Amino acid sequence: MTLANPSELAQSHPGNLQPEGWLRYFSFSLDHKVIGIQYLVCGFIFYLIGGALAGVIRTELASPMADFVSRETYNEVLTLHGTVMIFLWIVPVVNGGFGNYLIPFYVGARDMAFPRLNAVAFWLIPPAGILLISSYFLAGAAAQSGWTAYPPLSLTTPAAGQVVWILSVLLLGGSSIFGGINFIATILKLRRPGLGLMQMPMYCWAMLGTSILVVLSTPVLAGTLIMLSFDIIAHTGFFNPALGGNVVVYQHLFWFYSHPAVYIMVLPAFGLVSEILPIHARKPLFGYVTMVYSIMAIVVLGLIVWAHHMFTSGTPPWMRLFFTIATSFIAVPTGIKFFNWLATLWGGKIALNSAMLFACAFIVNFVFGGITGVALAQVPFDIHVHDTYFVVGHFHYIVYGGTVFVVFASLYHWYPKFTGRLLNEDLGRLHFLLTFIGFNLCFAPQHWLGLNGMPRRVAEYDPSFTTLNQVSSVGALLMAISTIPLLINVVLTAFKGDIAGDNPWNALTPEWLTSSPPPVENWLGEAPLVTEPYGYGHTPDKEPSNPSVNQVA
Amino acid sequence: MTSLSNLADSNLSGSDLPDSELTKSNPHPTDHAPSHGDFRLFGLATFLVADGMTFAGFFAAYLTFRAVNPLPEGSSYELELLLPTINTLILIVSSLTFHQAGKACRANQLAKARTWLMVTGGLGVAFLASQMVEYFSLPFGLTDNLFASTFYALTGFHGLHVTLGVICIAIVTLQTRSNGRITATDHFGLEAAELYWHFVDGIWVVLYGILYLL
Repeated sequence: MTLANPSELAQSHPGNLQPEGWLRYFSFSLDHKVIGIQYLVCGFIFYLIGGALAGVIRTELASPMADFVSRETYNEVLTLHGTVMIFLWIVPVVNGGFGNYLIPFYVGARDMAFPRLNAVAFWLIPPAGILLISSYFLAGAAAQSGWTAYPPLSLTTPAAGQVVWILSVLLLGGSSIFGGINFIATILKLRRPGLGLMQMPMYCWAMLGTSILVVLSTPVLAGTLIMLSFDIIAHTGFFNPALGGNVVVYQHLFWFYSHPAVYIMVLPAFGLVSEILPIHARKPLFGYVTMVYSIMAIVVLGLIVWAHHMFTSGTPPWMRLFFTIATSFIAVPTGIKFFNWLATLWGGKIALNSAMLFACAFIVNFVFGGITGVALAQVPFDIHVHDTYFVVGHFHYIVYGGTVFVVFASLYHWYPKFTGRLLNEDLGRLHFLLTFIGFNLCFAPQHWLGLNGMPRRVAEYDPSFTTLNQVSSVGALLMAISTIPLLINVVLTAFKGDIAGDNPWNALTPEWLTSSPPPVENWLGEAPLVTEPYGYGHTPDKEPSNPSVNQVA
Repeated sequence: MTSLSNLADSNLSGSDLPDSELTKSNPHPTDHAPSHGDFRLFGLATFLVADGMTFAGFFAAYLTFRAVNPLPEGSSYELELLLPTINTLILIVSSLTFHQAGKACRANQLAKARTWLMVTGGLGVAFLASQMVEYFSLPFGLTDNLFASTFYALTGFHGLHVTLGVICIAIVTLQTRSNGRITATDHFGLEAAELYWHFVDGIWVVLYGILYLL
C-alpha cells in the first residue's frame, strides 16, 4: 500500500473530518502524534500542579512546627502530590506521551494498532485528574492516607475523599491498561514488513516490557481498590482488622502493582535515554542484545520483588530472604544497562547540548538512586530506615533524578520533531543547571535526615532536623524557579525559535527520516526500513550507511 | 544499507512541502493506512490477560485470608455443592455450544449458528438465575464475615462478567440475522464474544475449585 499523494488519500476516505491546527489538540483526535502531544501537555500541567503541592510541603517543612498549613491539610497535600505526580505526570508522559509519538515511527507504522482505544485512553486522564483535585474542594476533605492508601488509615480518614481518590485511580489504571494493550499490539503486530524484533530501536523494547508490566500488574491494583472501596462504602471487612480482615493482604496486592509501577515509570526512561545518547555521542548503542535481555530480566524480576516494601509488616523470615535476594538481583540487569550507556559515551563525539546534559545527569542521579535502592533491599538496613526520609530521598532520585531528567532530555531532543523549531540552548542550559543543583540540594539531604531518624509523612519534626530541612527547601525553591526558563523556552520557541530542519541531529532512527513536524501519515511514501537504528560512526572509507551521517563525518 | 539511503532520499524529498500544506491536503488525519491488519482479537486476548489478573488478585486475596485469618465462631467455609456443580456443568456445556455456533458460522450456516447462539445465551441466563437462587438461599450476607465478603466479591465479579457475556451473545445473535453484520467471512463480533465466553467459563472452573471444593 503506497500513500504517494495525500490528496489521493483524501479522496479515498471522504468524510470523518477532524479539526485542524491547534484545535485538534482539544479534539478526540485519532492521530498518534496529536495524542502524544495531548499526553505531554496534559501531563506537564499536572506536573505544575504537583509541583505547587510539593512547594506547600517544602514550605511547611522549612520549620519544625506545623505553622504553614494544618496537619490535616498537610496530609491531603502530600497524598495529592504523590498521586498527581505518579498517575497524572510520570506514567502518562513517559508511556502515553513519548510512547504514542515515537512507537509508530519506530515500528514503521502510520498509527497505533487501535487509534480509537488510544484516544479513549487519553481522554480518561483529564476527567480523572479533575476529579482527584476537585475532591479537595468538593468532598470537603481530599484523601489523606498517602498515595499508598494503606488501610486501616484509609478506612478512618474522611470517606468521601478516599472514595473519589479510588475512583480517580481506577480511571487512570484503566487508561494505563488500554495504553499497554495498544503498545503491545503495535510493537508485536504492526511492525513494518522486514523489520525484525532485534532491529527495533531500544525504546520499543522498553515500551514492550513496560506494557507487559502494565497489563499484568495494574488489574491487580484495580481489584484491590474495588475491595477497599467496599470496605469504605459497604462496610465489608477485607482489610479492616476490627471486622476480622487483613491489612497485610492489602499491602501485598498494592505492592504487586506499585513495585512494577516503579519500572513502568523508569523503563520507558531507560528506552528514551538509549535513543538520545547514541545520537549525541555519534556512536552505536553499546550492547544492544544485552540491553534487550536486561529489560526483559527487569520485567520478570520486577514482578517478584514487591514484598521488599513490607519488611516491617511482619513478613516471615523466608519471605524476607527471598525478596532481599530477588531485589538484589535487579541490580544486575540495571548495572548492565548503566555500563552500556557509559560504553556508548566512551570515545564518542559528544555534543553537550541541553538534551545530552539532562541525559548524562540522569545516569549520575540514577546510579545514586540505584545504590541506595540496593541498600534498601537489605533487610537489616531497611528496617532501620523504613518510613524515614531516606526512602523519600531514594524514591525521588529514581523517579525525579531518573525519569523526570529523561523527560526533559527527551523534550529538548524531540521538540524539533514536534514543532520544527529548536529550543533555545542558553535557556536550556540554565534550566538544566537550576534543575540539577536544585534537585540534588533538595533530595540529597533527605538521606541524612532519614538515617538520623526523621520519619516521612509528618508535618512536624524534631528541631534538630531543621538545618537539613531548610537546605532541602531551598533546593525545592530552585527546582520551582527552574520551570520558568523551561516554560519561557517552550512557549517562545514555538513561535520564534530557530528553524530546525527535518533532521537537526543527523539521526538515523525513522522518526527523523521525514519532515519536522511530520505529515499526517508520518511519511509521504513508504515507511523507511531502518534495520540499523544506531549505525553511527562508520569509518569514512566504508560505504556510508546514510547520507545524513556523511555530513557529520 | 543502500536501500536505506534510497529510502531516506525518497522520504526527505517529501519534506519540501511546508507542514501547513500537508495538513490541508489531507483534511482527515484519522483514517490511516488501509492495509492495516485486524488485530482486534489479539487486543481482546491481551485485555483478557489483564482481566484474568484481576481475578488472580481476588483469588490470591481469598486464599491468603483463608490461610491466615480464622473465621469467627459459628461460621464455616462449607457451601451447598449441588447448585454450583450444576452451574459448572451449565457453563462448560455453554462453551461447547458456543464453539458449535462458531463452527456453523464459519461454514456459512448462519441460521444454525443463530440457534446455537440462542442455546448458549439461554444457558448463560440459566446460570445467572441459578446463581440468584443460590444467593438467596445462603445463610450469610455480604458483611457477615471475611469469607462471606470474599465469596460475594468473587462470585459477584464473575456474575458481572457472565451478564456482560449474555448481553454480547444477544447482540451477536441479532447480528447473525440475514443481511446482518456477521457473515461467514466477516465475523469478528462472534469470535470476540466466543473468546470472551470461554475466558469467563475458564475463570468459573478455577473459582469453583477454590471456592466450593477446597
